[in-house]
Amino acid sequence: MTAQATAPALPTERFARGAALLRARELGIAIAVLLVFAATTISNHAFANAHSIQQLLTGASLIALLGVGETMVVVTRNVDLSVGSVVGLSAYVVGDVFKHHSGFPVLLGYVLGIAIGAAVGAVNGAITTVTRVPSLVVTLAMLYVVRGVDGVVVDGRTIDPGAIPKSYTEVGYRTFLGVPWLALIVAVVVAAAGYAMRSFRASRDLYAIGSNPEAAALAGIPAGRRVFSAFVISGALAGLAGSLFLALHAQVDVTGGNGYELTVVSAVVVGGVAIFGGSGTVLGAALGALLLNTINQALVAAKISSFWNEAVAGGLLLAAIAFDRWLGLRVARSLQSVQGAHRDA
Amino acid sequence: MNDPLGTSPGPLGAPDKDPLLVLDRAAKRFGAVHALADGSVTLYPGEAHALLGENGAGKSTLVKILAGVHRPDSGTLLIEGRPVVFAGPADSRAAGVSIIYQEPTLFPDLTVAENIFMGRQPRRAGRRIDRGAMNRAAAEVFARLGVRLDPQRQARGLSVADQQIVEIAKALSLDAKVLVMDEPTAALTAVEVERLFDVMRTLREQGAAVLFISHRLEEVFASCQRVTVMRDGRFVSTAPIGEVTVDSVIRSMVGRDLDALFPKTRTAPGEVVLEVEHLTREGVFEDIGFHVRGGEIVALAGLVGAGRSEVARAVFGIDRRDAGTVRVRGRQLPNGVPAAAMAAGVALVPEDRRQQGLVMDMAIDRNIALASLPRLRRLGLIRRGTERELASDWAGRLQLKFGGMGDPVATLSGGNQQKAVLGKWLARGPSLLIIDEPTRGIDVGTKAEVHRILDGLVAEGMAVLMISSELPEVLGMADRVLVLHEGRITAELSRAEADEDTIMRAATGYAAVAS
Repeated sequence: MTAQATAPALPTERFARGAALLRARELGIAIAVLLVFAATTISNHAFANAHSIQQLLTGASLIALLGVGETMVVVTRNVDLSVGSVVGLSAYVVGDVFKHHSGFPVLLGYVLGIAIGAAVGAVNGAITTVTRVPSLVVTLAMLYVVRGVDGVVVDGRTIDPGAIPKSYTEVGYRTFLGVPWLALIVAVVVAAAGYAMRSFRASRDLYAIGSNPEAAALAGIPAGRRVFSAFVISGALAGLAGSLFLALHAQVDVTGGNGYELTVVSAVVVGGVAIFGGSGTVLGAALGALLLNTINQALVAAKISSFWNEAVAGGLLLAAIAFDRWLGLRVARSLQSVQGAHRDA
Repeated sequence: MNDPLGTSPGPLGAPDKDPLLVLDRAAKRFGAVHALADGSVTLYPGEAHALLGENGAGKSTLVKILAGVHRPDSGTLLIEGRPVVFAGPADSRAAGVSIIYQEPTLFPDLTVAENIFMGRQPRRAGRRIDRGAMNRAAAEVFARLGVRLDPQRQARGLSVADQQIVEIAKALSLDAKVLVMDEPTAALTAVEVERLFDVMRTLREQGAAVLFISHRLEEVFASCQRVTVMRDGRFVSTAPIGEVTVDSVIRSMVGRDLDALFPKTRTAPGEVVLEVEHLTREGVFEDIGFHVRGGEIVALAGLVGAGRSEVARAVFGIDRRDAGTVRVRGRQLPNGVPAAAMAAGVALVPEDRRQQGLVMDMAIDRNIALASLPRLRRLGLIRRGTERELASDWAGRLQLKFGGMGDPVATLSGGNQQKAVLGKWLARGPSLLIIDEPTRGIDVGTKAEVHRILDGLVAEGMAVLMISSELPEVLGMADRVLVLHEGRITAELSRAEADEDTIMRAATGYAAVAS
């Protein structure tokens, strides 16, 4: 009985440390970003100028934005692989509308992009929650479907900068106090989503569903509705990312957004979002995107072949997963030894 | 019996009060299996009501109907006199029913406080969750329970007892009218059980009703006012606790003579089949030595976690042993090679048949033939016909009840799944059968059949090493009983010496009566 009175303190303390470590994940990635940046600057002083920092932020923005939606999906123990193709489709369709309707309101360009993405997300969500087919398969199929549709729509053409209103592409290059607009927009989305993920019942439901689906059902959580919403939001943000892609590059062809889906999933996992659901933050995912892009730019600055970029990104992903696994095992082992002590007492 | 309402409400539930909850003749089938044929129970405000029955009696199905998890095929549920139909767990909770499940249902990634208030977190302006208020409310519930738990810690890594406490806190914080507790005390220490009973008392004084499910009859007699017994999915009786005795309750739970449940043919033990010496696996068990002869059943008894299954796994070679020897018919088995144990004629029927014993989506005949495939092979190919022949043969001998041989094994009832696992291993013609919890979670009728099968095998000269947590099963079936406590053998008892008391004392480490 004395064991009962004293023992709980032990696992709690050990746990507090484990939890603190996890919470410090965002901090750890931020430090990693700074380290990579510092190391590159030492070998190549040109790396630290304002322009290249702006490039770092801008380059990470779209992936970070996609990472917000992806995080919402992944914490529910699902995944959305269709985002890359949604970026491509929404970018081209919005560009095409500008091309053929010169007076089309700039703001509606964004609304259109979001609507396209939300529609694809709704299809993803509906199929996943109604048929209970794993979302990995559903969204992989959707990736190809949307790519195919995109190919038909694009039909080998390209949207050129001349077709896009200047007030639309402004978003892609203007800065405020030296910070690119694009990065500011994404920062606002990340902050708002991060706050929402902590503060509303519906968003806590997402974590509960991913953490223990059976318990979520017993707790009366409307899992289907929540997962559906997560897919719609992920799609909508992918659509927004497509609109921003157009603003950033001012031109788009059939390859727009190719391969983004895997970069996003990498960023999310590197950012500490558990691939089997239940934990992780949108801030972590955004920082993961920033880290991947910083490494990418660092390799360019160091004049290392761009092929290495993918190998490094993959290695980082493996390292992140190995770290999570190691952490989990360590926590499990320390708890086991505590329970052993418990029994002996 | 047909009118559960007419029974006496007992000392605290005064007859003039209207019942809080009435479940009348609820039935639920899963495929061909009648999980519940007549689930009836009436709860009055202020009473603690025990629901008793053997494993497979339908208690858990009844609980899940009250929880809104299962919708009954027929029958009615009244809450405060009004008929209700629960579309899901949320409806049940909204109606004031709160459930503590046998298995904790926590979210490991979330904090303890969030686990308690999931879906109904305290909120402040703008519908935002008020974490401060939530943590304080959780701390208050813990204070009421008299436990020290940090509301802000993650639920991952909580001990089973602490998880159960979080479940209890969850139910308490709901201020439920009806609190259902499905074996809440299994993982709790005596002090925690006392506190739980205090909480039950407080809730009853506030006019709530408690439905209490436990296998520990002493707890039932200490804390409940009325008792309802179920058997084979049916309501048997409801009576005030003062009008029943432990014996009468057990008799109505089992519904037949214990002798019929445990057939035992006297067989003269033959030669030694299994010989284990100084078997040790560090931190798990130590210096285990015993032998099993042909024609006898040796039972490994002890509390959960005493190392019984682990010993069996090490004997079979699934886990490596750190020291000691295992001999089958005089020949030593290599360390950690299950295939060698199988070749030597050892068969292991694991405890968790869904996970370890069967391939649930595979056909019944294929499952039964699975362990015998090397024998059925012709030129490296398996002929479906021989496979089916072998399976039909064993299905007949074990009186397996099934739809079609090609149906997935998952369609069988728990008891018949167990028979299928048995058949799978018996088809190999083993000389030593190691069987872990042979009748866990299967209905009484099939239980008796499994016992009869085991008895028949032993009569034919097979050696059986049986692990069981059910004392009646150990006492009824075993020729010798080895009791484990914290990884050591604390008693070896002959059939004549073994009784409930000596086994429990040895299992809890109070007395080492090694003979």
